[in-house]
Amino acid sequence: MSFPWAKHYEPKSGFTKWIDERLPLPRLVYGAVGAGYPVPRNLNYFWNFGVLAGAALAIQIVTGIVLAMHYAANGGVAFDSVEHIMRDVNGGWFLRYAHANGASMFFVVVYIHIFRGLFYGSYKAPREMIWLLGVTIFLLMMATAFMGYVLPWGQMSFWGAQVITGFFSAIPVVGDTIRIWLLGGYAPDDAALNRFFSLHYLLPFVIAGVIILHIWALHIPGSNNPTGVDVKGEQDTVPFHPYYTAKDGFGLGVFLFIFAALLFFAPNSLGHPDNYIPANALQTPAHIVPEWYFWPFYAILRAFTVDFIGIPAKLLGVLAMFGSILLLFFLPWLDSSPVRSANYRPLYRIFFWVLVADVLVLGWCGGSPATPLYVIISQISAAYYFAHFLIIIPIISRAERPTPLPNSITEAVLAKKGGTSPAHTALSGSAVPAE
Amino acid sequence: MVRAIAILIGAGFVAVLSWALFWSIQGVITDPPAPTAVDEFHLHPKEVELASNGFFGTYDQRQLQRGLQVYKEVCSNCHSLKHVAFRDLTQLGYSAAQLKKFAADWSVKAKQFDPKSGDTTERPNTPSDYFPTVYYPGTGNPPDLSLITKARHEGPAYVYSLLTGYRDQPAALLKKFPDAKVPDGLYYNPYFANLNIAMPPPLTQDGQVTYLDGTKSTVQQNAKDVAAFLTWAAEPNLPTRHAYGLAVLGFLLFFCILAYGAYQNIWRDIKH
Ligand code: HEC
Ligand code: HEM
Repeated sequence: MSFPWAKHYEPKSGFTKWIDERLPLPRLVYGAVGAGYPVPRNLNYFWNFGVLAGAALAIQIVTGIVLAMHYAANGGVAFDSVEHIMRDVNGGWFLRYAHANGASMFFVVVYIHIFRGLFYGSYKAPREMIWLLGVTIFLLMMATAFMGYVLPWGQMSFWGAQVITGFFSAIPVVGDTIRIWLLGGYAPDDAALNRFFSLHYLLPFVIAGVIILHIWALHIPGSNNPTGVDVKGEQDTVPFHPYYTAKDGFGLGVFLFIFAALLFFAPNSLGHPDNYIPANALQTPAHIVPEWYFWPFYAILRAFTVDFIGIPAKLLGVLAMFGSILLLFFLPWLDSSPVRSANYRPLYRIFFWVLVADVLVLGWCGGSPATPLYVIISQISAAYYFAHFLIIIPIISRAERPTPLPNSITEAVLAKKGGTSPAHTALSGSAVPAE
Repeated sequence: MVRAIAILIGAGFVAVLSWALFWSIQGVITDPPAPTAVDEFHLHPKEVELASNGFFGTYDQRQLQRGLQVYKEVCSNCHSLKHVAFRDLTQLGYSAAQLKKFAADWSVKAKQFDPKSGDTTERPNTPSDYFPTVYYPGTGNPPDLSLITKARHEGPAYVYSLLTGYRDQPAALLKKFPDAKVPDGLYYNPYFANLNIAMPPPLTQDGQVTYLDGTKSTVQQNAKDVAAFLTWAAEPNLPTRHAYGLAVLGFLLFFCILAYGAYQNIWRDIKH
């Protein structure tokens, strides 16, 4: 597609010729994920995670559709219908544990995928559109997972819905009206449960659509790579198939192995025990916590504890929480450094790892009770989070002096094996995450 | 331009957070968080050895049968088990005939609505019935026990610890927190979230239940057996899950080895 040396699909038999003239779908596949898509030869294992995210989505859709055949979205019976799936439906426990843990695996994979993009500057020109679509997918995933978590109608489902829809009541004047409109009532109930189910069924297909755009956009410039240097010629690339299909096959095996270990041996370890207690509007749980993948954002929300020049703390928290994700949309323009890969950006590389640690700390605070100590830690880490993207990145992208880049991917690859020239050892520099 | 605006917004967030941080620190200094009785006296569940623990965990049928007996003779006076059907007890090793009798003899009868008269009548339970609802007139609300081991952190250990954890309120607690006296009608139990539970100690003396299989009946043993039974009630598919899990992991390991070989083989001539 994108490079002149990309191979072209050639139908071999009369049948494939006949198809190709009428519906060139095999041609499309060949160009998208077949031998017709040239990919940099030096990708490391971090480039497996896009395919893994696609696999995770497929798993969610397949398990979800079968679950939906047995699930009943009604406050009176939703909890029992999930227990019915667990006990009486053939293989029901497998489906449900696969779906619940599949959501966690999906987020693990997507978080690694996002941080891969941050490290190697994959959001920069000419790949801004890929990044924008990716952030959109992330937002849709969060909405989907939130609504899915409400469906089993346990205590955390109910109170999570209560807290999250409560965000909207922070909007001045019209907030409460919006919240009541969203929920179809004053508190989460049948109306909310039904619309969440409807949307939870819909959104994954919207995500699938946006993923198609994401991959389409990717095929225009082609994949980035660990050096961040543009592809210069044919010697820099290999055809996607069989090279990366083989590597992705191995990656998928490892992913499924970890997934299966979780699903079969610790299926409730990432869930909250309170969600095995049926929803009860009259009994607030001691600690309302969302699923682990929302913890960093929950910590940001709770870090805003005092009003500021007349703006209520709650509104500030909600704005900051949404802002913490929305700012990712602007990242391609906040980072003006022309060098993509952090391997050649000594300053950025340090701040990148500080950000990773910062987000982990935020996650740890978000999952803990809001005691003063945790609030203080969240306030410091939330401040760093915003400073990182909005202040540090714009400044260092100007101030920093990048180390010399290799002339081409091939040169970097060959140097890596020889490992003599100091200019080239940066590729295998100490901050490169282990493959 | 974008960057200038971003830096301003970033500075705004940092300013608000610093302001909030200032007040948080101020709050901690002027009003340091005081430990509560729960902070100091709540205990983490004791470990309990059950056959279902671990990777190869499965259930010990005889222990489950003993646990069922404890549930039947003690807990079922106050607690329901609504997600479990009598037929499920086949997994404990009972025959169809034994089950039928067990269900029919169950003291709380099944309710049945007569559409002609509009009355609700009672009939004996059948194996396809679920354990009937139990109504409890006393203090507190005994939760349904069918999911209890999944609805608490470290559920099996928690149930065991709770049942064996009743004791007098420590004098040290009262000395430090004079207001924390156990309220009337509640009982001190350091494993319970707020230390004071409405459940009267259900297992009070050894030999309260006479085991049919001759196992020595102590409070410890009763508590352990009923914890095992409730673990089964919450997760009857655990043995199947573990067995499938080992098979699936074995297969995937094999798959990974082949896939890795294929990957290395295909890439053998390409430096990367
Ligand atoms: C006399 C009635 C009674 C009997 C008998 C009884 N319970 Fe309870 N149980 C209660 C009540 C009441 C509560 C609610 C306690 C509270 O919320 O303070 C309770 C609560 C519980 C809890 C939940 C504690 C929590 O974390 O919320 C468990 C577990 C439990 N009982 C297990 C058992 C087991 C196992 C048995 C049989 C060995 C048993 N109970 C026998 C009345 C009883
Ligand atoms: C983006 C992909 C998806 C994500 C991230 C996701 C996430 C979730 C989560 C977190 C739950 C709660 C699990 C639990 O604790 O029980 C859930 C439940 C559920 N989901 Fe999904 N889901 C996705 C796709 C789908 C699809 C495509 C369908 C159906 C067409 C579906 C149907 C259901 C049903 C019926 C439930 C309730 C049963 C249950 O709780 O296990 N999901 N989902």
